[in-house]
Amino acid sequence: MTADLELDCRGMLCPMPVIELGRHLADVPLGGTVAVIATDVAARVDVPAWCRLRGQEYVGEDAADDGTPRYVVRRVT
Amino acid sequence: MTKASGTPGPAPGPVSPVYLDSASSEPLHPAAREVLLAALDQGYADPRRLHGPARSARLLLDNAREVVAGCLGVRRDEVTFTSSGTEAVHRGLLGLAEARARTGGTVVASAVEHSSVLHAAGWAAERTARRGAGQGVQPVLVPVDRLGRVDVDALTAAASGDGIAAVAVQAANHEVGTLQPVAEIGERLDGVPLFVDACASAGRLPLPAGWSAAAASAHKWGGPAGAGVLLVRKGVRWTNPFPGDDRVDERSSGFENVPAALAAAAALQAVVAERDELAVHQATLVDRIRRRVAEIPDVEVVGDPEARLPHLVTFSCLYVDGEALVTELDRRGFGVASGSACTASTLEPSHVLSAMGVLTHGNVRVSLTRDTTEAEVEAFLAALPEVVRGIRAEAGLP
Repeated sequence: MTADLELDCRGMLCPMPVIELGRHLADVPLGGTVAVIATDVAARVDVPAWCRLRGQEYVGEDAADDGTPRYVVRRVT
Repeated sequence: MTKASGTPGPAPGPVSPVYLDSASSEPLHPAAREVLLAALDQGYADPRRLHGPARSARLLLDNAREVVAGCLGVRRDEVTFTSSGTEAVHRGLLGLAEARARTGGTVVASAVEHSSVLHAAGWAAERTARRGAGQGVQPVLVPVDRLGRVDVDALTAAASGDGIAAVAVQAANHEVGTLQPVAEIGERLDGVPLFVDACASAGRLPLPAGWSAAAASAHKWGGPAGAGVLLVRKGVRWTNPFPGDDRVDERSSGFENVPAALAAAAALQAVVAERDELAVHQATLVDRIRRRVAEIPDVEVVGDPEARLPHLVTFSCLYVDGEALVTELDRRGFGVASGSACTASTLEPSHVLSAMGVLTHGNVRVSLTRDTTEAEVEAFLAALPEVVRGIRAEAGLP
């Protein structure tokens, strides 16, 4: 999946990947996407949960070139 | 000696620590303490022998069994004392599966079962594979909704598949307090035995109907540690999955812990007698915590708001490190549990919170003891917003 912004959160532990997502969502325009690349397994649950709490759209998960999970979020507000 | 610079001063908070982790272990009930001390003196002998001290021990053990049966609303011969809740879970679930080894080795379980149930379900699958009777057999984990309630349609559909040895569903979830529709599941299962892990609810709520085997743990209701209860319904096929022993009860092994069994029974009797009143008191305090915690910005209370355990509430604080939260609350005198990954030995987030799809970080479980006061809850509620704010500020958040 393409993304307007990629956040490299490799090696960060929870809740840092979600904090990064919260900090940088506004860096993309409405309708734009942010990808969180995170090794921490908690991000798999916490990124979609964050989207639900924040009213943003969770697009889905794929993998970065090195196989690290990548979670894509669309800014809708 | 001079005080080292930079050492934090005395933490603000209550003078004596406030223990809010009864779901991990309830302090010993006063009724159990007296009985335990007396039974240590009178219940030391081997209950199988034919002399006086042995008869005393046997009498105490039989008495414990009778009391537990009465409190749980089951038959005496359905009660087995084990060395822990976990052992009761293992024996209960695996014994049901063992009796159906020819049918298959697959356990269907809710995705939010206690780890002891999930470990036993995995073990049953491996055992089946070792017998060459089902390579690749895996437990089937059934999803739950956002509140942690298992999908009954999906569960019953999975249970009607081939090779199903048993179904496992908890009475109540140990992390978020949500009650499972056990009786409904029991009615809908067609011939597949149902194992019910009642460790989180036993003593606090009546045992739900529909189980073939069930497990409970004494230290969760105010009995001593080292005492679990296995229930096997009369007429249900149960085969010992472990090496046998020649004890009083064919379903157990090892020398009976008579004092612990009797103290467990005494605590259960006391807890059942006071539970209606206590549940109202605890549910009122928990409602207050649920309401006030939800007023803190970006905090989500999780678990079923209605169909739940009376003494337990769980919430997650966005952008907050669970370990920092538990540590700072402890520094202020509040002992709570957390399902966040950074607080777990495995560094994996709670499988319960994950299955529910709720935030796994910044997680706190508060569980009240029978002695928890309104003042203690108020002190906790006064401290929490400041603690959350402080941790967020340290992370550079507004």
